[in-house]
Amino acid sequence: MSEILSISQLNITPKNDIHRFLVKQVNLKLNAGKTTCIVGESGSGKSLTALSIMGLLSNQLKATGNISFQGLAINQLDNQSMQTIRGAKIGMIFQEPMTSLNPVLTVGYQIGEPLTTHLGLKGEALRSRIAALLNQVGIPPERADSYPDELSGGQRQRVMIAMSIACEPALLIADEPTTALDVTVQAQVLTLLDELKTRMNMAMLFITHDFGVVADIADDVIVMFRGEIVETGTREQVLNYPQHPYTQALLDCVPDVQGLKTLKPIDYAWLNHGAIA
Amino acid sequence: MSDSILSAHHLVKTYTQRSGRFGFGTTQVKALDNVSIKIKAGTTLAVVGESGSGKSTLARCLLQLQPIDSGEVIFQGQNLAKLDKSALRDIRKNLQMIFQDPFASLNPRMRVSEIVGEGLLVHGIGSVKERLLQVHQMLERVGLTAADAQKYPHQFSGGQRQRIGIARALILQPKVVVCDEPVSALDVSVQAQILLLLKELQHEMGLSYLFITHDLRVVRHIANDIIVMNKGQVVEQGSVENIYNAPQQAYTQQLLQAIPGRKAA
Repeated sequence: MSEILSISQLNITPKNDIHRFLVKQVNLKLNAGKTTCIVGESGSGKSLTALSIMGLLSNQLKATGNISFQGLAINQLDNQSMQTIRGAKIGMIFQEPMTSLNPVLTVGYQIGEPLTTHLGLKGEALRSRIAALLNQVGIPPERADSYPDELSGGQRQRVMIAMSIACEPALLIADEPTTALDVTVQAQVLTLLDELKTRMNMAMLFITHDFGVVADIADDVIVMFRGEIVETGTREQVLNYPQHPYTQALLDCVPDVQGLKTLKPIDYAWLNHGAIA
Repeated sequence: MSDSILSAHHLVKTYTQRSGRFGFGTTQVKALDNVSIKIKAGTTLAVVGESGSGKSTLARCLLQLQPIDSGEVIFQGQNLAKLDKSALRDIRKNLQMIFQDPFASLNPRMRVSEIVGEGLLVHGIGSVKERLLQVHQMLERVGLTAADAQKYPHQFSGGQRQRIGIARALILQPKVVVCDEPVSALDVSVQAQILLLLKELQHEMGLSYLFITHDLRVVRHIANDIIVMNKGQVVEQGSVENIYNAPQQAYTQQLLQAIPGRKAA
């Protein structure tokens, strides 16, 4: 099993308030062919962690620590060198397929952009690669000439996926990619991502707040709370035998399909009083 | 079983869309195609379906926020679709709505006391003092404080804003509350709080809910009965038990299959 990404001692603070930690002491490792889910509530630092890998943090924020991608310290790179990695070796899918595509460009053009930029593909070679990518995500290749508004939400998210895997990245970061989709479409997109991960032997970092999605797609799970990792483990460990009080409390909030369990909201006062060291 | 408190028969609602080159053509979209429902007093009827299935249109048509093309909505023996404006306003005291987006559904320029108390003002209930007292009591009932009445919506988190929306809907002591995806925009921990609050209030105030959602896990925890909608039509309806344990229609089976997390745990 080969290690693709390793983060150690990552701290993120606002530049003007370096004692307020938005992300604190985060360590994680991602391996080829494995999906790691980061779960947590809004404000837990899961998206900031992902953005810091891509070097896309707001310039109001300051990150310290080490992010090593295939042995390269990517958090030390300047923006120009980072450009050669972003989109080529690390792909990213965002939550909102309606707003992350450019409405005035055809989807074929948008899928082709990273191919031209990073691989220098042109003409017939470019066209056939775009067609192959659309095929791979289950969209008829002739839709390359369509504009985003001519596609459904699920199709747009498939286009986003085609763009993000165009250069066969070693790492794919997906930030809540199915949150805006209907359940049936969500199920299709999750299956597709899982297939692509296996076929291309990618490492996938999958951010979500939905434990149902975690159960479907994760190999490993990281639970974040107020900027810190409180628990890591395999899917079975974390979902079936949660160790940390916060993970247990979070799982108690999740409605089950059988309707058997009693929902219990998180008692933050209790968590603050000693339940978390 | 309990009596029906709100029922609708053969609702039809058609939207006309411009289409074709330069929008010269028109196409008809049937948002509601002969939909009939019945909400039993003191229970929750969940409406599930994918986007575009017509579930929000159903909610709006039930409350006459949108005119219907044909059909009838019966509440307290009266057909709401036939009532004039002032009669409708009177009856609307009993029919309230909680919206999906707690960020967009509260006027940012109004204080919480004005937002929650507006219904009382509109219907001329009580003096200024009495109204404020009622607002304070209602806020405390939904887990906020009387002091919150002086604040503006932006000073609250998403879950707290949803509590304000609930207080606004319940202050007139309604009989039926339509909840349009009330927990979809919330974190799972906050979602659990709001679901429990809605259940408690239902019990205390004898409310009947029409609960619109696309999350079949939430339905299982709040509803007594379900209708499944697809493309403006009711595909299947029945008790929660029956639909989850023995779905009859292929579409319902497909929806249940797609619930994330079914195969593991």
